Formats: sequence, structure tokens, C-alpha cells
Amino acid sequence: MEQIIANGVYLGSQYAMIALGLTLIFALMNVLNFAHGQMYVIGGFVTYTIYGQWGLPFIVALAMSCVTLAILGALIEKLLFAPVIKGSAREESTMLLAAGIAFLLDALILLIFGEKQRGVPKIVNGVFNYDFRLIMPYDRILVCALAVLSVVSFIALMQYTKTGRALRALAQDRVAAQLMGVNVDRYSMIGFALGALLAGLVGGLLVTITGVNLGMGGPTSIKAFMMVMIGGAGVISGAIWGGIILGFMEAIGLAVLSQYGDITYLLIFVSLMIFLAIRPQGLMGKPWG
Amino acid sequence: MVFLFVVFVGVPILINITGRWDFYFTLTSVALLAIASAGVWLTFYIGRINIGQGAFALIGAYVSAILVVKAGWSFWVSLPLAGLFAAVVAVVIGLPILRLRGVYFAMITLVLTQVVTLTALALPITNGAKGISSIPLPSGVSLYGLQIIPDFGTMESTKLAFYYTACILMILTYAALYRLVNSRLGHLCRSMQQNEELASSIGVNISYIRILVFAISSFFGGIGGAMFGSISQSVYPSSFQVADSVNFMLNCFLGGLGYVFGPMLGTLVLYFGWDVLFELGKYQMLVYSLILIAVIRFLPNGLLSLRLRKGAEK
Repeated sequence: MEQIIANGVYLGSQYAMIALGLTLIFALMNVLNFAHGQMYVIGGFVTYTIYGQWGLPFIVALAMSCVTLAILGALIEKLLFAPVIKGSAREESTMLLAAGIAFLLDALILLIFGEKQRGVPKIVNGVFNYDFRLIMPYDRILVCALAVLSVVSFIALMQYTKTGRALRALAQDRVAAQLMGVNVDRYSMIGFALGALLAGLVGGLLVTITGVNLGMGGPTSIKAFMMVMIGGAGVISGAIWGGIILGFMEAIGLAVLSQYGDITYLLIFVSLMIFLAIRPQGLMGKPWG
Repeated sequence: MVFLFVVFVGVPILINITGRWDFYFTLTSVALLAIASAGVWLTFYIGRINIGQGAFALIGAYVSAILVVKAGWSFWVSLPLAGLFAAVVAVVIGLPILRLRGVYFAMITLVLTQVVTLTALALPITNGAKGISSIPLPSGVSLYGLQIIPDFGTMESTKLAFYYTACILMILTYAALYRLVNSRLGHLCRSMQQNEELASSIGVNISYIRILVFAISSFFGGIGGAMFGSISQSVYPSSFQVADSVNFMLNCFLGGLGYVFGPMLGTLVLYFGWDVLFELGKYQMLVYSLILIAVIRFLPNGLLSLRLRKGAEK
């Protein structure tokens, strides 16, 4: 039981970070970022290259992951999303663009980093063992703590800084924000970069535990979509709740249902569909957000 | 008319000249995927983003495969049944989820694809991950001694036969779609695409229409999937996955959402383009995605919007 809770907390904190980035981009631009999983994979590979191959300190690698992804996100927003949103008759066209970017990033990852599964040496050794009821490697605890720390600092950023206030205004009402003197184009770019940065950060953190490979992008995106749906699209607290709930469901499912084979996800999906049929806007979302 | 001529006469001659027999398979796939994409387009027409067509294609493929292999039915009977079954599933699932809108609907249909894939893995009748393989080729049909459809198994060139079948199905689908869009139902759909509340307040029964449209859309998906299973003579849970669902949607976007024949062109360009770029080896994906991004960057309303700008009709 303790083990399941610990696993749930660990998974949930990771997932919450992935979902945060996705929901931020969605709230600001109304874009469903299909490439989110690929951004996460790139973050993992950057950390792998710098920490695993060049042997620089882990924290440097993590910072580099964030910077790389933030730049990438800003460029993608500036060069691709912004002009397409302006020029297209229907908003949904951005989904094609997002999928195209997902393909492109996949191709780039394949060419630059190859298709092999990559891992890095552990950041800290040893296993926390409480009476054989709760077993948790120290590096997982560290990663979990870092994830919680980042989520907290992200919320602080959104709540207490000028940038955060501008972003929240943008998410609420684009036109009104513009009328109040918010530089909409600039903050859209910052928001997109921030979302991409979060994806890169999670990628960098998780590469120390699960490693990273090319195929992780798509499934990660789907999971992130699910979390966002559970919590309600475009709502930050919702994304965190969605991440934690999915993390716990996965931890419980893997522990309880493992003898029935791989039906955990089937059950999660089905219950999600039932949940959404009853409450279409998710836990905290605005109706028809 | 020109189009029909090209499809039925021009393409076979061209393939005969160039000797690229593999193009038959490619073009057959294009025709079938275009059928499924037509369904997706129809759901776009009522203002819903559908990323779940892979689910219905998979359902159709399995229904047809099970009927042919386990029950020993003729493929030609199982084909409409596959479509109908997909439509029934769509009605059952659509009742709750069609209340969702925008991204919520898009994401739940995406999840639906996963659900169907995982269900196919878990159920005994679908044989799990092994799938159903060695499905017999479609048999002949004769009515009052008159051979209507020849037996595919005895033909020398099954590829050509499948090509024609797929093309006929595709043309029927698009004819039906064109008819639908230009009918009273089509007008109602357009009104829903613009504003559902308004449509409903004028007296349009929106919940009935959206379920009807979703069922028709899934019917197309089921037909396309069943035919696909019959051509490849096998069905696996991975035959249609999330990536396929996303591709169906991309076909519609690429061709242009405002045009009935948009998904057909989109499928042709996407699938054929992918095949042609195969020569590039490991840069295939890179070039493909760059072209895709360039198209959407400079033609955000789809390929067919080029024609519109020149001032051509429709």
C-alpha cells in the first residue's frame, strides 16, 4: 500500500509537469500541441548528450535542456504558429501544423540522436528502504522532489510576476488583454517557450530513470492529452490534478491488475470516456472551454 | 467525367507503360484511406474534430474479417455489415461524447482509437496481438446465373481487381458525400458548424443530426477498414492506430476543409508523397514533414484553396 502511494506520487509529479506545459500552450494559443511528447524526448536527449556523454554536471545538462527547448518553442511559435493562426480560416488548421511539427521533430531526433534507447548514469546511488514495505531508489526521490519544486516555482511565476499576470490575462481573454496593453504577440511567444521548457525539463529529469528513446514522443503526448482532459483544458490547477490522478491510477492499476495482463490502460481509457460523458469540461475546466 | 476516365483508363495504362506495378497497391490504399477520410471530413462539417476514424476502420476490418473467416460469409455481404456495425458503435458512443465540443471531442476520439486497439488486444474473438491473418480473397457473386462480381481468387491480377473495387467504392462514397452536402441535411450541418445554439433555437434537431452524421462518418470508416483488411488479407490491433487516426484528420486539413473533394486530394498527396519520398531513405521523414509544414504555413486553408483564389467555381 505504501509502495503504491509512493509510486503514485512519483508518477503523478512527473505527469503533472508534462500536462502543465501542454495546458499552458493550449490556454494561451488554443493550440493542441501534438509535438509536446517530441519536445519531451528532445529534452531527454539533450540531457543525455551533455550529462551522459560529455560528462558535465547534471544540473548544467538540465539547464541546457530547458534553454534548448525554450528557444525551440519560441522559434516554432514565432515562425510557424503565429503566421498560420493569423492566416487560416479555421482555427483547427493549427492541428495540422502541430502534427507536422511532431513529424519534423521525430525526423530530427532520428537524424541527430539515432533510434537507440539511451540512458545515463545514476545521479545518486542507493535505495531508500523502509522495512521492505516501501522501496524507493534515492534518485527517484530526488527527481520527484525536483519536479514538485518546479511545479511550485511555475505556479509562483504565474501568480506573482508581471509575466505570469500577463500570461493569465492572455489565457482569459486575448482581446481584452491586448486592450489593457499586454503585448499579445510577445507573451504568446514567451508562453509557448515556457510550455516547451517544461517539457524539456521533464525530459531531462526522467532520462536519469527511464532513459530516452525515439518512440516515447507519441505515447507521451497521448498521456498528456488525457491528463489535460481529466483536469480540464487550459486550467493550470486542472493539469496538476490530472497528472496526479493519472499517476495514481497507473500505479494502482499496475499493482492490482498486473495478473490480468495489460488491461490497466484499457480501464483508464474507458473510465475517462465515462467521466467525460458525465462531466465534459473535466474537473476544473470552464464549460466548452 | 475526366476524372473517372483518368481513374479507370488512364492510370492502368500509365502503370502498364512505366511498369511500376507497386503503384496499384499504393493507389488502392489511397482510394480506401480517402473513403475513411471522407467520414472524418463529414464530422468536420458539423464542426467536430474527429481523430477517432482509426477506431472505426479497425472495427470494420475486424467485423469483416471475423464474418469471413469464422462464419464463412461472403466478403461482399460482410462489407456493408462492417460499415453498419461501425455505425451502430458510433451511435452508442456518440450519444454521450457528441455533447463534447472542440478540443474535448478531438481528444476523446483520440482516446477512442486507443480504446479500440486495446480492446482488440484483450478480446478472445479478435485473437489478441496475433490478429486474424490469411483472410480469403473476396469470392465471386452471381445473380440468376449472371456473373456480377468475378471470384478474386481465380483472377490473374488481383491488384487490378482491387484497384477497381476500391476506386468504385471511393467514387460512390464521394458521390454520396457530395449529394449529402448539397441536400437539406448538408445545409443543416453547415448551420451547426457555424453556431449550434442558434441552429437549435431555429428548430434544428441538433442531437439527432450530429449522431446521424457521426454514424455515416463511421460507416465510411468501417467500409474503408474492411476493404483494407481484405486487401492485406490480415487484421492486427496495430492495423489502425492513433497515427492513422491523426493521418485521416491531416488528409482533410491538407485538402481543405471547405471542399468536398478535399480529403481525396489530401489523401492522395499525403500517401503518395510519402511513397515517392521513399527514395530519400533516412531523410524521407524530414523532407515529408518540411513539405507538410510549408504547405500549411503558406496555404493554411488547404491545397484546394489555390483553386479558390484563382476564382474558379466552388
